[in-house]
Formats: sequence, structure tokens, C-alpha cells
Amino acid sequence: MTISLLYALVGVVLLGMGLYRLVIDPHLVKKILALNISGAGVFLFLVAVADRTPGFEPDPVPHAMVLTGIVVAVSATAVALGLVGRIREIKGTAEFSENEPE
Amino acid sequence: MNLNDFLGPLTLPAWIVSLPLVAAGLGVALPKIGRPAAVFTAFATSLLVVRLAGEVLRHGTIQLQVGGWPATLGIALQADGLSVVMLSMTCLIGGAVTLYAAGYFGADSAAISFWPLWLFLWAALNALFLSGDIFNLYVTLELLGLSAVSLVALSRSAEAPPAAMRYLLVSLIGSLSYLMGVALLYAAGGTLDLNALAAAGPHRPSISAAFALMAAGLVMKSALFPMHFWLPPAHANAPAPVSAALSALVVKGSFYILMRLWLTIFEPFINPATADLIGVMAAFAIVWGSIQALLAQRLKMLVAYSTVAQIGYIFLIFPLSSMPAATQTAWQGGLYFVFSHACAKAAVFLAAGNIVYSVGHDRISELNGIAQRLPVSMFAFALAGVSLIGLPPSGGFVAKWLYLNAALTTGQWWWTVLILGGGLLSTAYVFRFFSRAFSYTTETVGGRPVPWIMEWTAFVLAMCAVILGLTAPAVIKLFTAGQPF
Amino acid sequence: MQHSKNTNEVDRTRPIALARKAITALVVMALTGILGWTVWTLPPYSDRMQNLVATHLPISGVENPVTAVLLNFRGYDTLLEIGVLLLAAVGVLSLAPTQVVPAETAPQRIQMLLLRLLPFIVIVAAYLLWVGKYAPGGAFQAGAVLAAGGVLLVTSAVRFNQLTIQSIPISLSIGLLTFLAVALATMIGGGNFLQYPLPWASMLILIIEAAATISIAVILTILFLGRKPDGEYPPKTNGG
Repeated sequence: MTISLLYALVGVVLLGMGLYRLVIDPHLVKKILALNISGAGVFLFLVAVADRTPGFEPDPVPHAMVLTGIVVAVSATAVALGLVGRIREIKGTAEFSENEPE
Repeated sequence: MNLNDFLGPLTLPAWIVSLPLVAAGLGVALPKIGRPAAVFTAFATSLLVVRLAGEVLRHGTIQLQVGGWPATLGIALQADGLSVVMLSMTCLIGGAVTLYAAGYFGADSAAISFWPLWLFLWAALNALFLSGDIFNLYVTLELLGLSAVSLVALSRSAEAPPAAMRYLLVSLIGSLSYLMGVALLYAAGGTLDLNALAAAGPHRPSISAAFALMAAGLVMKSALFPMHFWLPPAHANAPAPVSAALSALVVKGSFYILMRLWLTIFEPFINPATADLIGVMAAFAIVWGSIQALLAQRLKMLVAYSTVAQIGYIFLIFPLSSMPAATQTAWQGGLYFVFSHACAKAAVFLAAGNIVYSVGHDRISELNGIAQRLPVSMFAFALAGVSLIGLPPSGGFVAKWLYLNAALTTGQWWWTVLILGGGLLSTAYVFRFFSRAFSYTTETVGGRPVPWIMEWTAFVLAMCAVILGLTAPAVIKLFTAGQPF
Repeated sequence: MQHSKNTNEVDRTRPIALARKAITALVVMALTGILGWTVWTLPPYSDRMQNLVATHLPISGVENPVTAVLLNFRGYDTLLEIGVLLLAAVGVLSLAPTQVVPAETAPQRIQMLLLRLLPFIVIVAAYLLWVGKYAPGGAFQAGAVLAAGGVLLVTSAVRFNQLTIQSIPISLSIGLLTFLAVALATMIGGGNFLQYPLPWASMLILIIEAAATISIAVILTILFLGRKPDGEYPPKTNGG
């Protein structure tokens, strides 16, 4: 198994771990963290894809994709945290209760 | 400087994407010009889209390589009949929503945020419909999702932030799933260009995995049963113009991407079982959505569940088109559904918004006789309802007609039962509200007068849903320009 | 009595919660396994795209392949991405809390230390912006470093003067607007959208990156702060 394949598989595992926490945990900030971990997994996979070139220079396109993806993830996290703040202001808690209406 | 160079046909896609972005940026820098910038952009973009439609009708698909770089190095912008129809729909609904919002938002702080967010949403839709690159589509999806969520959260109601949060979480996991699919396709195919990937036909297991990931993500974002749970609270609790844009346009964005992928990259790999699985989910969506609409206590919740049901109809496009004999008809029917539903649903949400604006609530049980006070809005509601039910001469009728044609030609009679049954259910929930609204009461309940622009934009949109039915041949000619199918 | 009632409720919900966790874990593990197997069987590398980047790099105006991809070959993606950043700033500002919490002032020594760090932060950021042409670096990296300076300013509760606060809206959008201006201007004279004229490619990329750096720095600081920054209240305090 090459190094890049190992990184790729670890990325997939991270994706799954984050997905599990996202579904299971009721606390909103933990959900957001879980999403970030899943995102990190996808980015790790992309970096591994970039390493598959035969020479010394990695493939720049996945690197550019990861850079863009990180910026997008930061933006989304910021909006999500802003929403959590607003929810805490209104409901006093940052957890989704089990019986949300509809 | 030759004006034709600056505004020539090849530059149209670039302008259509850039204009809303420029307006959004200016709206942030100078908040006071947000509203006029939006209105100007609405008009200008509509003119550009009309011009683009003319070009596509005359010359077929238009392709623009951004930066002039060859196809697999740079990003391709592509306008065929399908894109142009979606763009036209966006301009029509977008223009109406812009005018409505100009009257809806006063001078409060929400207005300052609304215009840049709305312009970003419009830019995202334009960029999405014109994109020919799978990673570029990811960025447009995120732009679309984040602006939609922020717009939902502008509402002052207490249920809006949790609804927006749920929408955001679903949207983000959907985009992530889509991005993983993009990464797999790149790893297997070496390029991000839609057409190049379609031509190359890469490696089998990664194709199926990529398709599963991307389809799962896009289905979540399009709220197909059972991934619909986020939609009713989000659409029902958003401000009225936002609800209209969400139901009419935003859910269609991710659906469009799924269509595009189905038609290009994944085309040789689709097996009928996948199409039938989607069909089953669509069937559940129609039935469940309609039942929940019948049971809803609030008008906007009824309308939101109606969207869930109509999304089911739209997704029937996949099973119905899987047999060669009916493919063209099925695609046309599905697109007609997309367009008519957009006009009708936007009209309905705007009319519902007028009701809320006037009496301050939307509890159906207390809306007896509302038609007396808001006759224009209720007339708009009635016309739109005709299209939602699928009665002639509306666009909804043409869509159902095409679908029934496709189903019967291929002998898949069970879809016929579903479509007709769904029609009965939608009649039921539409009339449930109508019977109350049009009842005659002698109570004179006080209420705020509604600005005329808000009532008349709803009415014009509803008229469009009907006009779509009357102009079917011309519209279908536009769909099929450039042979997207 | 109260205690036993709670225990009963917990007993009833606990098996359901455990079942949910178990099922979710199984489903996630199965999906991860399938995806992992797919990754295992990916075909070997084909150098289609790599060749294209290598051959076009000399005319891109920069020497670093990643910067070339980000700002030239796939610059349209970067344009939209800067749009996403600005969108997030607008969104976060619209969600800002309605009650402003008065900021505590940090001890004067910490403020002095931080204000002395700031020039170095600016220098490093400027270097990163410039070096992006030749090595990893560029607008996002420089903007992030500047934003770190912004975060330091915010956490040390420094008050900004009115001029700074009034310049925030324009500095938020200057990056996107500059990028759009260049992109649309390239269409004058018949060029393609975002097709930099060859002799000017390097300069145009630097201009776009410089404007973007400012915007990214301000946007990221606002995203951290979560609301508009507080202004200075007259009269000015001595020292610091």
C-alpha cells in the first residue's frame, strides 16, 4: 500500500466518523465540528489524490480544490455558528430536542 | 472599443453571472443602493437572458471557455436549451420576487442584509445553470445554500433559526457528499470538465460510488422523500419573498445538477433499478406531502408540504425517461413541471405572504372570508391552484399530460394511477383552503392594507403559470434547443 | 419519587437511543467500507491534466503551479469563492446579536505587546502575498495572517476609530469588486472572460490578490467577531 493510498483511506474514515457524530449528537456545536471533520477527511482524500503523480511535483489541481474547499468550509462554519448564537439567544440552549415540531 | 465585442453572444454567460455579483458587492459597500441595484439587475439580467435564448435557438449550444484555456485545463460555461429555460425561469421568478420584496421590506435592518443576500442567491443560480465543470458546480452549490440559509434566518419568527439550522446542516452534508463524488471522479477521470468526463467513460466501481455520493447529496438538497424533513419548517418560516424563491428556484438548482449528471457523465451507467428506486421515493413524496398538506394548520405549512409533493412529481422524470420510447416526452414533461411549479408556487407563497402581511397570521381556521379583503391575491392563489392541481389550460396540465403520455407509451400504467391520484389529493388540499377563503362572512376584521406591488406580482406570476400552458409548443422548442437530451 | 420517575424515563429511552446509535454506526461503517473499497480499486494515475498545467504554466504570469491554477486557469472558481466569503460576512452580520456586550479592556501591557506584534504580522502578510508568484503563498494565506492580527486586536479589546469602522463595508467588498472589474475588463477588445492579456497577466494577478488580501483579512476578522466592531468613545484615554 502506497502512502497516498493510506492517506486516502484515512480521509474516508474521517468522513465516516464525522457523519456518525453529525447524526447522533444533539448538540449543535458538536454537529458543526463533526461536519468540519468530515470535510477534513474529504480534503485529505484530495491531497492524497494529488500525490499520485509519478514525479516529484504534485498535481496542483486537487491542491487548488482543497484551498477553495477550506475557504468555503470556513464560511459555512461561520454562518452555522452565527445561527447557533441566534438559537441560543431565542431558546436558551444549543441542542436540538428529540421532538422538534413537524 | 467595439460594443459588439463587449456584449457579443459569447460574453452573455459571463455578464449573466457577473451582473448580480457586482450588484451584491456594491450592495455591501454602499447599503443604500442595495434595492435600486437589485431592481436594475433584475431588468438587465432578464434582457441578457432573453438575448441568450435567442442565440441558443438560432445557433444551438453556446460554449465559453473562461480565460480562453482549453477544455480540461480551464472552466467551461455552457448554455443549451435546458440552461436557458432554467435561466428564464430564474429571471421571471427573480424579477417578481425583487419587486415584491421592494414593497415588503420597509427601512428596517433586515432590508440592508436582504438585498446583497438575494443578489448572491441569484448569482449562484445563474452560475449554476451555466456551469460545465463539476467542481465549479460545487462552489455554486455552496453559494446557493449559504445565501438561502441566511435569507431564511432573516425572519423575525422564533421558529426560523432552528429551521435555518436544520436546512444548513442538511445542505452542508449534501455538498460534502457531492464534493467526495467530485474527488472520486477526478481521481478516476483526470479532469473536472463535464463533457470530457462524459466522453472518457472512466472506471466502473468509482463511477457508481461517485454517482451514489453525488446523487445522495443532491437528493438531500432537493428535499426528495425521505430527505424532505428540513423543507417544510424552512420554507414556512422564512419571509414571504424568500419562501417563494426557495420553493420555486433553490430546490430546482440541485435537481438541475442531478439531471445534468444523469444526462452526461452517468448516462451509460444508469440501470433501471436506480430509476425505479427514485420513482418509489417520488411516489412516497407525492402521497406523504399531499397528506401532510391536508393536515397542516398553517397556510404556509400547507404550501410547503405541497412543494414536497410537487418535488415528487418532478423526480418522476427519472423513472419515466428510462425507457427509450418515452424519453423525450418524459424529459419535456418534467421540465414543464419544474417551470410551472416555479411560477405557481412562487405566486402562492407571495399571496400567502400578503395574507400574513395583512392579518398578521396564517392559521387556516381563522382565515374565513379572506378573499373579500384581498381579492387580487386570492385570484392569484386560485389561478396558481389550477396549475398545481393540473387543470387545463395551465402549465401544470401540460406537464401532467406529457407525463401520462410517457407512462402509457411504455406501458408503465402504475405511474398513471399515481399521477391522477396525486391530482385528486392536491385538489383536496387546495380546496381545503379555498372553501374557507372564499366563504362569505359578515365579520369585518381589521387588517393592514397590502402594497399594490405585492398583490400584483403574485397575480402576474400566477398568470404566467397559465400562459405556460397556452404556449406549450414554443416553450418546448426552447427546451430542446441544442439537444440537451 | 422524583428520582425514580426520572430513572423510569431514562430506562425507557435508553434502549431506543442505544439502538439508534448502533444502527447509525453500522450504516456508517458499511458506507465507509464500501467507499474505502472503491478508493482501493481506483485506477492508476493518468497525467492528462498535469501535462496541460505544465505546458501552460509559462504563459500564466506566475511560476507557482497552484497559484496559476487558482488565479488564472481556474480563476473563475476563486472569484466565486471570494463571493462565498463575502456572503458569509453578510450572513454573520445579519445574525449578529441584538444586545451589544460591552467589551472589557485588556491590561495595558497586553495591548502594548500586541500593537508591537502587528507590524511584523503586516510584513509577513505582505511577503506571503508577493511570494505567491514563485512558491506557495498568495492572497488567502496573506489574508489569513492579517486576519490573525485582526483577531488579536479584537481579543485585546482595542477600540477602532470611526474612520476604520466606516471603511469596513468598502474593504469587505473591494476584493470581489476588483476581481469582477478585471474579469469584465478583459472582455474589452474581444477577449474571453477572465483572459488576462499576456504581458499584463502577472500584474493583474497581483492587483487582484492585493485587493483580495484586504477583503479576506477584514472578512475573516468579522467572521470571528460575529458582529460590527465597537467604535471609540470620546474622550480618548491616555496611553496604550
